[in-house]
Amino acid sequence: MKTSEKICGMGHSMKRKEDPRFIRGKGNYVDDIVLPGMLYMDIVRSPHAHARIKKIDTSKALKIPGVLAVIDGPTLEKYKLHWMPTISGDTQMVLPIDEVMYVAQEVCAVIATERYIAADGADAVDVEYEPLPVMVDPLKSIAPGAPVLRKDKKDKKDNLAFHWEAGDRAATERALAACDVVAEQFVYVPRIHVASMETCGCVADFNSAEGKLTVYMTTQAPHAVRTVFALVAGHVGLSEERIRIVSPDIGGGFGGKVPVYPGYVIAVAASVVIGKPIKWIEDRMENLQADSFARDYHMKVRLGAKKDGTMTALSIKTIADHGYTNASANPMKYPAGLFSICTGAYDLKNAFCEVDAVYTHKPPGGVAYRCSFRVTEAVHAIERAVDVLAQKLKMDPVELRMKNFIGPERFPYKSVLGWEYDSGNYPAALKKAMDIIGYAALRKEQLEKRARGELMGIGVCSFVEIVGAGPSKDFDILGLKMFDSAEIRVHPTGKALARFGTKSQGQGHETTYAQIIAEELGIPASDVQVEEGDTDTAPYGLGTYASRSTPTSGAAAAMASRKIRAKAKTIAAHLLECSEADLDWEPGKFFIKGVPDKAKTIQECAFAAYTNMPQGLEHGMEATHYYDPPNLTFPFGSYICVVDIDRGTGEVKVRRFVAVDDCGNIINPMIVQGQIHGGLAQGVGPALYEEIGYDEDGNVFGGSFLDYYVPTSLECPKWETDHTVTPSPHHPFGAKGVGESATVGAPPAIANAVVDALSHLGVTHIDIPITPEKVWQLLRKAGAAE
Amino acid sequence: MKHKISVTVNGAVREAEVESRLLLVHLIREVFRMTGTHIGCDTSHCGVCTVRLDGEPVKSCTVLAVQADGRSVDTVEGLEQGGKLHPMQEAFTEKHALQCGFCTPGMLMTTSALLERNRNPSEQQIRQAISGNLCRCTGYLNIVKAVQHAAEKMRAA
Amino acid sequence: MIPAPFDYHRPGTLDEAIGLLVRYQDDARVLAGGMSLLPTLKLRLGSFGHLVDISRIAALEYVKEEKGVVRIGAGTRQCVLERSELITTRFPVLADALPLIADPLVRNRSTIGGNLANGDPSNDHPAIAIALGAELVARGPKGERTIPASRFYKDLFVTELKAGEILAEIRIPLPPPRSGSAYRKLKRKTGDYAVAAVAVQLTLGASGAIERAGIALTNVAPTPLEAVGAQKVLVGKVADDKAIAEAARLAAKAASPSADRRGSVEYKKEMVRVLAGRALKAALERAEA
Repeated sequence: MKTSEKICGMGHSMKRKEDPRFIRGKGNYVDDIVLPGMLYMDIVRSPHAHARIKKIDTSKALKIPGVLAVIDGPTLEKYKLHWMPTISGDTQMVLPIDEVMYVAQEVCAVIATERYIAADGADAVDVEYEPLPVMVDPLKSIAPGAPVLRKDKKDKKDNLAFHWEAGDRAATERALAACDVVAEQFVYVPRIHVASMETCGCVADFNSAEGKLTVYMTTQAPHAVRTVFALVAGHVGLSEERIRIVSPDIGGGFGGKVPVYPGYVIAVAASVVIGKPIKWIEDRMENLQADSFARDYHMKVRLGAKKDGTMTALSIKTIADHGYTNASANPMKYPAGLFSICTGAYDLKNAFCEVDAVYTHKPPGGVAYRCSFRVTEAVHAIERAVDVLAQKLKMDPVELRMKNFIGPERFPYKSVLGWEYDSGNYPAALKKAMDIIGYAALRKEQLEKRARGELMGIGVCSFVEIVGAGPSKDFDILGLKMFDSAEIRVHPTGKALARFGTKSQGQGHETTYAQIIAEELGIPASDVQVEEGDTDTAPYGLGTYASRSTPTSGAAAAMASRKIRAKAKTIAAHLLECSEADLDWEPGKFFIKGVPDKAKTIQECAFAAYTNMPQGLEHGMEATHYYDPPNLTFPFGSYICVVDIDRGTGEVKVRRFVAVDDCGNIINPMIVQGQIHGGLAQGVGPALYEEIGYDEDGNVFGGSFLDYYVPTSLECPKWETDHTVTPSPHHPFGAKGVGESATVGAPPAIANAVVDALSHLGVTHIDIPITPEKVWQLLRKAGAAE
Repeated sequence: MKHKISVTVNGAVREAEVESRLLLVHLIREVFRMTGTHIGCDTSHCGVCTVRLDGEPVKSCTVLAVQADGRSVDTVEGLEQGGKLHPMQEAFTEKHALQCGFCTPGMLMTTSALLERNRNPSEQQIRQAISGNLCRCTGYLNIVKAVQHAAEKMRAA
Repeated sequence: MIPAPFDYHRPGTLDEAIGLLVRYQDDARVLAGGMSLLPTLKLRLGSFGHLVDISRIAALEYVKEEKGVVRIGAGTRQCVLERSELITTRFPVLADALPLIADPLVRNRSTIGGNLANGDPSNDHPAIAIALGAELVARGPKGERTIPASRFYKDLFVTELKAGEILAEIRIPLPPPRSGSAYRKLKRKTGDYAVAAVAVQLTLGASGAIERAGIALTNVAPTPLEAVGAQKVLVGKVADDKAIAEAARLAAKAASPSADRRGSVEYKKEMVRVLAGRALKAALERAEA
């Protein structure tokens, strides 16, 4: 560590600056906000997956004292707000005129003076529906002749939302045909939900005297929301300089708080029309059933190799279930996100992947739950396929990986699907994980247990992540380029205020950004006040998701700091009456080379910036930087887990879980470890417990915490974490980002472990979530159930 | 039907007139304006609403305000006494047992109650005690470590 | 998330509560721990004009031993049972089960009486009460009556309780020496109801043969189910692996679970067999100890 504990720059496990308010219960979340005259909104939702609305009877609701209005589609239609664009360039209903397209779709909204009365009002609205045929199977929806779901799209003749592909299809087919062995596997990664502990909501406050709209909302991307509101609702008098989005404390985002949900727009419309603040906070069931889901990828994976285990070709065909519209939050050029990272850590010379996104009668979304823009799906596919291949070749899965890893000397490495991996050392991470867990001894134990009929499995996952979206030449969301920003102002007394275009939802930016600035400027991190989330004051940015903050805004913080340090150097030279070339720097102070006590601290320079500037130099000490990353960054890791399986019930118990992560240079090891722990729990969840699904009529299961199984402290094992450090060569301080690595790496490790436990019984694959019954059915088929 | 109730909140007697159906969590958040206690679900699973009713940690979303009449309710706001943080609050910061902070008040109430009952809980006992409090951010391990740390500090004091 | 409006009553005695039930009839519901009733009201799945809160009647919360019978007040919270040495040492089946019911916060409110009187086959106490040969004491406008647990459950959510009756007490006979009991429960995760669960109590005679077998099943039928066939096949026999396997097989045969997200019919029935075998083995070990 280059800085002292007092300055607390990179590498220190600084205790978090945001903690004091949270441990006292003094956080400021959206539902904590109370404005004078505030009204409450509750949404009436469809019980049908597809139906025509025959009649909405609001008479009983409107008779309830305190119920002020019911807003429906026709009301919004008057303001042309009944449909809105999605972040992916499709269109989405805010409120329907005549047809609903998923269970829990918003149908109308009740506005009342109190929360409880709004609930009574919503309960009293009577909607008459005519149920219509339901399409919930994406494989049926994409089949020729399927009824067209999006009748609002005039010339649409099918249910394909988009087709996207990467790589050379013909060359890959030829390569696969030439392989000695091809592992072919259908892999389904089902729909899950972020289920952050705080649901979504907003307080929309339109001040009609000033024509100013302020929306306090659970959003991970406040600036993008502001611009979208201005573009979408400009015609009702909203103008971007008079729209303020405030993202207060957020109780978990994980990507679920990126999209603009209909509830927000209805609340804004209601506030504009009624002229009072409107609070809308969704229930958990609304959140699970209608908000942005994650995953739902049906993948056919083919991985081909020579008989010595050299992998040569990969082809993945995916059907992506997007719900009734494409509202996933992907960069425009990458509608299937960064799925083409699917070649993973392996030196594959041929690869092709394609994704067909399909409309179904389900809620829209698709990118959330710490997926890093579909990297969870891609890594699950390749890591399962590698194990299927290993089984076919009768090779140890570690041996097969080691044989095919991109060697550490190959970086920067251009993958056959077009990504330039910045740096990596995959063998080192895997070896470290193996040493920590005692791989050889575990294999021995497995053999002994097998002889006694006991089931134990060891699962490996070596993943490459791809984060930090992204370079302006390739990345934009609705045209907005994906740079990010930092604005730093140093005050006369040497303290600093720093604002960013990102928005933490628990990742600790108030601490880590301060540490970056401390590292660069030598101002103690405790003297750096970090702010995010208020679009009136924060510099423009695209927000926090897909692990992009450290790679983009973190980089911007360093670059802005360096601008300040350059100016401080000029001031120091002025104060020390020497030339800048005579000066050296150590954290927090400039000194004349060789004469350490002829020095000026950064604080003294800051004071001089307001009191004693050299002629011709602008006063003040501040800088803003908009960072356009030259490339993405590529964190990576190897996870190994041990499972024991109960032969009677099929229950899977995770005995040990070792995670070795590499996110380049680490700002705060304590915070990085916390991110891994949380990601691992959100990996165990999808691997063993979590699923949202639909029956043929479009009825949802997993729509409440009764059956959406979020792991508790008893379902989570004791995580064992470690790291390697392979800095990013293009990032200002060599860091990569880490927030989603564990949700990417954990599910395949667990799935591989379970299959490994059962492989001697002929089992080659199992889809997540791995329920006890799924395991038991396999045991029974193999005659191995207790 | 309205009821006049009197509840001792963090040691101070507070009075209110409430509907029968008012949930205790709403009494705390909206009538008494103490927003440290949170709401996270609608099926009594998540535990972010945990407060201590006559000392026992309970889910305040599944208790009626009228049921707290004449009783004591302790919330996260009452943990800090005279400007001094409760050892559990300090331990949570020390061990990085919180990230977004939403489940934290509930966790603090459950774990502070645990240590009053069991001064030296094992890891399994801690996990068991917090199994009614969901967290999506921390993966639970640091929360367990924080409780162990607080227990050690409190035993030494 | 918000219940519809209702009136709330807090009677000071059980008789006052009964009076309120008689007065308001079907429109009134007893509120004890509230951990089943309040979630139902919050989701507006049922609504009642009157809630009669018996959770503050201190006289309903007790655990005492009297003439070979353990008497538990129906208003006794599950956390109190968990901390009772009498309960956990004399009835290991409860020591097994209590930590597996819902979660600790729920158990700080929910009562054994509520858990028994719901008539919900997914609650755990009913099968345990049946296996232990417990008697349930109901008090109503016509006085008190005692109903064996094995005859208390009629249908899904339908118990023996008549209009105006409230469950007042649970009486569990202290098991004779050389008795052992156990509960084995499979669930998807902490806080969920059972995929299936089996409660067992065995009493051995001097010869080592089984004198009494209480075996009952949770959540695999419209009511908690006494596995009569399984019990019969064990009485008079020495409990070796073969006998246990046969009893477990019969317990599974008696089950009629419905398919849901927790499992298919086939899986749940098989789990009854597996769990019954394990519960029987554990109960036997404890009886022989």
